[in-house]
Amino acid sequence: MFYRESGDFKTSYSGDQQIFPIAFDRWVVIAFCAFAFVVVPFLINDYWEKSVLVPVLVWSLAALGLNILTGYCGQVSLGTGGFMAVGAYASYKLTTSFPEMNMFIVILLSGGVTALVGIVFGLPSLRIKGFYLAVATLASQFFLVWLFNKVPWFYNYSASGQISAPERFVFGIAISGPNSPPWATYLFCLTFVVVFALIAKNLTRGRLGRSWMAIRDMDIAAEIIGVPPLKTKLSAFAVSSFYIGISGALFFMVYLGAAEPTEAFGIEKSFLVLFMIIIGGLGSIFGSFIGAAFMILMPVLFKNIMVGGLGWPTDLVAHLIFMLIGGLIMFFLIVEPHGLAQLWRVTKEKLRLWPFPH
Amino acid sequence: MKHTKLAAAAVAMAMTLGANTASADLVFPSLDYRTGPYAPNGIPFADGYSDYFTLLNERDGGIGGVPARVLPCETGYNTEKGVECYESTKGEGALVYQPLSTGITYQLIPKATADGIPVHSMGYGRTSAANGKVFSHIFNYPGTYWDAASIIVKHIADQEGGDLKDKTIALVYHNSAYGKEPIRTLEELAKKHGYNLTLLAVDHPGQEQKSQWLQIRRERPDYVLMWGWGVMNQVAIQEAANIRYPMDHFIGVWWSASENDVLPAGDAANGYKAVAFHGVGSGFGVYDDLKKHVVDTGKAAGDGSNLGTVLYNRGMYAAMLASEAARTAQEIHGTADITPAMMRDGMEALNLTEARMAELGLANFGPEVSVDCANHGGPGLGAIQQWDAAAGTWSLITEFTGADRDVVDALIAEDSAAFAAENNITPRDCGA
Repeated sequence: MFYRESGDFKTSYSGDQQIFPIAFDRWVVIAFCAFAFVVVPFLINDYWEKSVLVPVLVWSLAALGLNILTGYCGQVSLGTGGFMAVGAYASYKLTTSFPEMNMFIVILLSGGVTALVGIVFGLPSLRIKGFYLAVATLASQFFLVWLFNKVPWFYNYSASGQISAPERFVFGIAISGPNSPPWATYLFCLTFVVVFALIAKNLTRGRLGRSWMAIRDMDIAAEIIGVPPLKTKLSAFAVSSFYIGISGALFFMVYLGAAEPTEAFGIEKSFLVLFMIIIGGLGSIFGSFIGAAFMILMPVLFKNIMVGGLGWPTDLVAHLIFMLIGGLIMFFLIVEPHGLAQLWRVTKEKLRLWPFPH
Repeated sequence: MKHTKLAAAAVAMAMTLGANTASADLVFPSLDYRTGPYAPNGIPFADGYSDYFTLLNERDGGIGGVPARVLPCETGYNTEKGVECYESTKGEGALVYQPLSTGITYQLIPKATADGIPVHSMGYGRTSAANGKVFSHIFNYPGTYWDAASIIVKHIADQEGGDLKDKTIALVYHNSAYGKEPIRTLEELAKKHGYNLTLLAVDHPGQEQKSQWLQIRRERPDYVLMWGWGVMNQVAIQEAANIRYPMDHFIGVWWSASENDVLPAGDAANGYKAVAFHGVGSGFGVYDDLKKHVVDTGKAAGDGSNLGTVLYNRGMYAAMLASEAARTAQEIHGTADITPAMMRDGMEALNLTEARMAELGLANFGPEVSVDCANHGGPGLGAIQQWDAAAGTWSLITEFTGADRDVVDALIAEDSAAFAAENNITPRDCGA
């Protein structure tokens, strides 16, 4: 009825090519963003910031990055945790070496450093693919974490090998450190996420994204029609690592505030992000968000219901959560192997035809 | 988006459900872990912590007449879950946090200080937090890792007749902030005593240690020290037994010294040593009360099988120190319903005498503890305990002795000054 294309006439090319061609879609997204930017900062408290919103934003960015590489370009990577560590340590070294540097620049530069590292570790992708590439990227995961543990320069020779985020300000308001107000850290992360989600969406719709998808679908055919595998694969690694680096920097600077490489950036993190994009939907921007939200919020939700609401023992709940999340993952993948984003896509198709389906 | 909103709505619902249970009582959150690779050590500690408060409620009607409420939150020894636990419990009026994880402690030091809630990292966490002038809300009495390292080296020196020149000491450590803590002290002591230090890192969770023990087998260091936790302890002791390393030359920190760590190796673990900051076994008066009021009435936490084990004792000790601090705070401020800020004052004024410990049914359980504004690390005393595999018991084989204060205090001053400079903290004036 109200969710339809008919009656919404596009009279220009830009109108025709916009991200959300359906007016209703467009307004919902704009309203959602407006709500996130304008209303949420007034409602947010420490708990919502630290346990719900900031983690979801940070992990969404990481999922977005991996989705570019795996979902759009078809290169499986298990090095996400290591690349997040690069972002985190880059931001730490930058901000401790140049305390006056603007935080936006620190975070962006951390992404840049990670992109360079990503290109180096992406080189094997030119020769190997599939499972073998996954194993090669696994090496980056272990190497990078080992490196940050081994070389004291990276953690400024601190006694415990921990890195701690110093207090930093944006427009005079703390966005890292213990005194940062929840709304400020939230808005800081949200800005990055919204801007880079928009960039990712446009990248994947443009020439670069199409060449990634060509490589993903059949690399030999793509090469024959003139898509250079070297440039395409390495650009996917660079862009993906850039995103993951930014998310690692935010993860450390804004969310955790202190980190040690083995625990904060271990192999589980690489798997977590991979699961996010598989659950959410490979090759979908929206899927990255919904996958991250699923993997981060479900345990918190179950914990709140079962421990906070029902008063069950914490260890029982911890085990039940494992089972429930596992069960849910299986359920969703059986119902829709292409992820939650596909469910949403199907819903939208149905909505367009409603109430008169064929 | 649909799902996010649904989830958010449900979380909001769950949160309001949780908030309704708050009432006028003293809240002691227990950031424990009963699952994961560290559960064998986390469970007895959590049981002891919880049972002691249950005992106070059942026997004395709480602390100063106000019932204590333990708020368990499962962290799985994971820092992110630890942060979630902290944020979800602090709103309920949490008086003191005991994260039982050095990683989570590091995380909470700035946050809790900003929120004005004290953290008691009893014998773990950041060692230099012993300097109360810099760390106003962080306490790590009755002893620190650096005290432990120094006490162990002292014990080795005693065994070797006072001369450690050209001896080799290896440190097998958990490759995390926790395991790395003693390194600096051991290096300083190596300079002083002239021994060689070999460092062997074991990665989380510590199941895989073959190469480290192969190196020990090849190099045969005179002593092996261990900074391990969870499943790492059991594996290390088993590996040491496999290479027939002399167990009485293998000494752990107080976190590598529970029954769960030595039992899997069986008789081969006989003679394994560790440093301790409190007594062992269940031969204390408080156990009669625990049995009568908690175990027999079916109110024990967990399955009630951990009573008298080392880590149960430690959890109980932590709860006892917390409740005594709360009592001190009630006396200072003249109110039974204390706030976290009052609790902090109570912790800083804590003076636990032997007479008071005897009154609590813990005679000779541990050294007297007194804390003041400048010293948050307490007495820093430790004894060596040894495992008797045939009897299945630990026993203290030395008196409680102090650390090499010259070395440790200088390091604490240096590290806390670095922290103060990094975070723009002006050290408090403690009037001394």
